[in-house]
Amino acid sequence: MFTIFAILTVAGAVAAMSLRDLVHSVLALTLAFSGLAAVYLLLGAQFIGFAQILVYIGAVAILIVFAILLTRDKGATSQSIFGSFWIGSITVVLAIVAILARVILSSAVTRPIAPPQPEATMQQIGNALMLRFVLPLEIVGLLLTAALIGAVTIAMREEQETR
Amino acid sequence: MTALASCLLLSALLFAIGLAGAVMRRNAILVLIGIELMLNAANLNFIAFWRYGPHPEALTGIMFVIFSIGVAAAEAAVGLALIIHLYRHTKTANIDEVNTLRG
Repeated sequence: MFTIFAILTVAGAVAAMSLRDLVHSVLALTLAFSGLAAVYLLLGAQFIGFAQILVYIGAVAILIVFAILLTRDKGATSQSIFGSFWIGSITVVLAIVAILARVILSSAVTRPIAPPQPEATMQQIGNALMLRFVLPLEIVGLLLTAALIGAVTIAMREEQETR
Repeated sequence: MTALASCLLLSALLFAIGLAGAVMRRNAILVLIGIELMLNAANLNFIAFWRYGPHPEALTGIMFVIFSIGVAAAEAAVGLALIIHLYRHTKTANIDEVNTLRG
């Protein structure tokens, strides 16, 4: 089960990064995000799984589609989709994935221990958010407000200044 | 291979794909998508270590992922606003052509 969703996630991510049409690559990205949400559900983190679907598929993907439609490039269809330094980039990326895989496979996490499924009910998460983690929660709220105001300010048309 | 190791391997693969997209693609929006994929790989690591760690009842992994999703949403909003603003100025979303600050 995990293998199916892992393959789905990786295939979606690869397609998102390699397709030429940007709208297609956002569709592949939502596939990768939903595969990841299924992996979260399999790992027993129900709240995170549904938050992933709500935030990433519901909000971030729609936002990216709007940005793509607002920034259509007219003459870029014949160009290569990759930048100028792609050979060096892919070498670095392959080296990084080789190092990460080697470290993971040789570390202590491959010991066969199987702890029981931990409990993470909504009540526990709410209690923790309201008692122990209340200050970070408020800070994240402040950060989101500031980021949204900043995003609106940046993207607003500067009609008075350009005239 | 244990379940934790396979989760970590999936996360490493996702991170590498996101990094490849972020450094190789020409379009600025694809660079942002690559960064989102890398953030998701980090979230998967948090969840995997919470699930297979020694103290899952403390819920620290879940809390960290909740805050990380919030910060990633803020980052996506500001990044896309910057890209739209850049497009209005330069009429392109191709980051190879945005070289005004090149020395």
